[in-house]
Amino acid sequence: MGVDRRKFLKLAGVSAALGLGGATGFQLLRPGALDAAERMPTPYQMIFPKEQGNTDVMPNPKRLKGRRWGMVIDMRKLTPAKARAAIEACDYYHNVPQIPGKQNIKWIWTAPYINVFPETENPWADPEIKNAQFIVMCNHCNNPPCVRVCPTKATFQREDGIVMMDMHRCIGCRFCMAGCPYGSRSFNFRDPRPFIKKEYLDYPTRSKGVVEKCTFCAERLAVGKLPYCAEVSGGAMVFGDVDDAGSELRQLLRKRYSIRRKPNLGTDPQVFYLV
Amino acid sequence: MYDSGKIITGLVIFLAIFTYPLWSNMGKAAPVPKPELPPKSVATQCVADTNYMRTSHMTLLNVWRDDVVRMGDRVYVSANGKAYNMSLTNTCLECHSDKVKFCDQCHNYLAVAPFCWDCHQVPKPKEKE
Amino acid sequence: MLEKALSGSKLYWTWLIALLVVIAAGFGAYLVQYNKGLMITGMSRDVSWGFYIAQFTFLVGVAASAVMLVLPYYLHHYKTFGRITILGEFLAISAVIMCILFITVDLGKPSRILNVMLHPTPNSVLFWDMVVLNGYLIINLLAGWVTLEAERKNVPPPGWIKVIIYLSIPWAVSIHTVTAFLYAGLPGRGFWLTAIMAPRFLASAFAAGPAVLILLGYLVKKLTRFDAGKEAFETLAKIVCYAIILHIFFFLLEVFTVAYSAIPSHTSHLAYLYFGLHGHNMLVPWVWTALACGFTAIVLLVNPRTRQNPKILPFACVLVFICTWIDKGMAMIAGGFVPNPLHEITEYAPTALELMITFGVYATGILILTILYKVALGVKEEEEAV
Repeated sequence: MGVDRRKFLKLAGVSAALGLGGATGFQLLRPGALDAAERMPTPYQMIFPKEQGNTDVMPNPKRLKGRRWGMVIDMRKLTPAKARAAIEACDYYHNVPQIPGKQNIKWIWTAPYINVFPETENPWADPEIKNAQFIVMCNHCNNPPCVRVCPTKATFQREDGIVMMDMHRCIGCRFCMAGCPYGSRSFNFRDPRPFIKKEYLDYPTRSKGVVEKCTFCAERLAVGKLPYCAEVSGGAMVFGDVDDAGSELRQLLRKRYSIRRKPNLGTDPQVFYLV
Repeated sequence: MYDSGKIITGLVIFLAIFTYPLWSNMGKAAPVPKPELPPKSVATQCVADTNYMRTSHMTLLNVWRDDVVRMGDRVYVSANGKAYNMSLTNTCLECHSDKVKFCDQCHNYLAVAPFCWDCHQVPKPKEKE
Repeated sequence: MLEKALSGSKLYWTWLIALLVVIAAGFGAYLVQYNKGLMITGMSRDVSWGFYIAQFTFLVGVAASAVMLVLPYYLHHYKTFGRITILGEFLAISAVIMCILFITVDLGKPSRILNVMLHPTPNSVLFWDMVVLNGYLIINLLAGWVTLEAERKNVPPPGWIKVIIYLSIPWAVSIHTVTAFLYAGLPGRGFWLTAIMAPRFLASAFAAGPAVLILLGYLVKKLTRFDAGKEAFETLAKIVCYAIILHIFFFLLEVFTVAYSAIPSHTSHLAYLYFGLHGHNMLVPWVWTALACGFTAIVLLVNPRTRQNPKILPFACVLVFICTWIDKGMAMIAGGFVPNPLHEITEYAPTALELMITFGVYATGILILTILYKVALGVKEEEEAV
């Protein structure tokens, strides 16, 4: 594997020197088409030497493997207390700052039916649904507009479907916030650190000037654990592989009627609500 | 020469400003930094050899962050076959637990301010806990 | 040629110093923003683009409108514009520089701006906007400077510059089209999701740009011995007239589709702008002012007697400017964000610091414009004196 990576790097170096390699313009226009090129050394890496000897990188063998991660939110099970627990866990373990006012940061939060599913209002719907507080978060769309518009690939889609943020690369243009049809993204208008009540030291904060959002707890999946919200929600939030017909998530989707936010926009959101 | 007075005054002002960093720092050479390595009881070796780390740790960290964030590869196997979790706070600073006595030594000497710490947390030095 | 900018009247130097003062104040305000972050602006989680991006959008139009002089002169050999084409090109240069500055001050991490080139992303419209804006800047710098230099030396301009000039015509259209695509390709932003966005942008640009040129022409005539000529003003006025009519027409097309289809995610934005939504109506007086100015300008410009009157024409041009500036510089961006994707309402108004930075950028553009016009008019005066 180490040798393969070495070869790949050499190949990538050569194609980088030749420009964009053999990719045609048409291929380039596809979002994510250049992802393979991400292993290309940056100019910085070409100038500075590589470490000596045979080294290697690999994913953690304990990680959770999935082809397309998704989330089912069971509104029959989701009590306000469970929703609060999920939000509090997420906010704490990701150092989400609590900034008052309209420049706030939200990863997951709750909103009423009418706001989560606008244009599907039914004045005579079951009051239990109408008045319920729905959990909202990044939908990790299969066809994410935020990834399409990002000018630096700071937000990108992983092979397992997770729409990820690279805070190191974000220039803070906020195009992704205009692109997201779900209002799932927040911008750090200021240094967030003074607004974090209790810092969780194992996870970074963000700095002023970058956009952030829910990552489906990529750092947890990488070590074989479920997202915090799914773990503390007492079964109301089920995380799983949408591509795996045998997963608990798919069984729920088969048995119960589910809805998604704004499916008409073609973004193919991967967060499903059982109502 | 026309306007020689103006030209010469201009040149003098330019030279004064241009050489300001040189003469304002004259005789104030900062002491050579001495980054403090973790005690032998904590660790005897780093993820790569010392010379490489001294000159190119920033390259390694740049590659690591792309590997972790963008590729999802979080385990690094060093040249001598040891596996590490690729994490600035949880691996690097686990051994180099005092940022002030290690990182800041050279960074301050060279007047570089890497933005790592804007986001990545610095654990409190262990002996103080 | 640049030495022409180094000698001028007392008025010229006072003007430059006044601009430098505004630039310094704007730069000071920017330092505050740089240290504290964009928290000092009125922008929010819901309205994540504000005054900066709106001014950028407006100025892309002003930049693109240089084509309204270049095209008749170089493609149709309309000689009347020969003397003022350079003024259009130099206006484009200063407008593009302001555009780039507005994008830069809007970034959360301006120090990382080169990431757009280090990690080129062809699926992002912003990447292409970077390409076309910088390209347009280079094209106009070349076209303007080389032709002016040739004029000064009394030789015909070199052949290769013709290619650049012809290229500038589609390129001008491209900068505003790509800028419209920034907005018009986003799902879930009903206000912007319209194929007529690019033509609408171009129409308002071809109204605003030549209107600014007419006003600048009058100003130049007053301050220097350079007169663009009655016919040039008249032709420009006709261009402004057609363009402002098209602008209002395209707007009404938009209103029809939105209102008649009555799809809430599209109607809510127009309703917010023109009537207010759930008691939020900050922009209502502005957008109606814009409409009133637009219609009045049409009446004044369609009627040949008022259009040809050198007292009324500048007034009509000011009306056109107000109409198009409110439309793009205020309503277009904020209107697209209100209500937000969850149909919640957060209104937007710029803060004092945000306005100071905005004025600073405008002053920078006007400073560049002043210097470029000084050079161009200096060359013209020299030539006419011979």
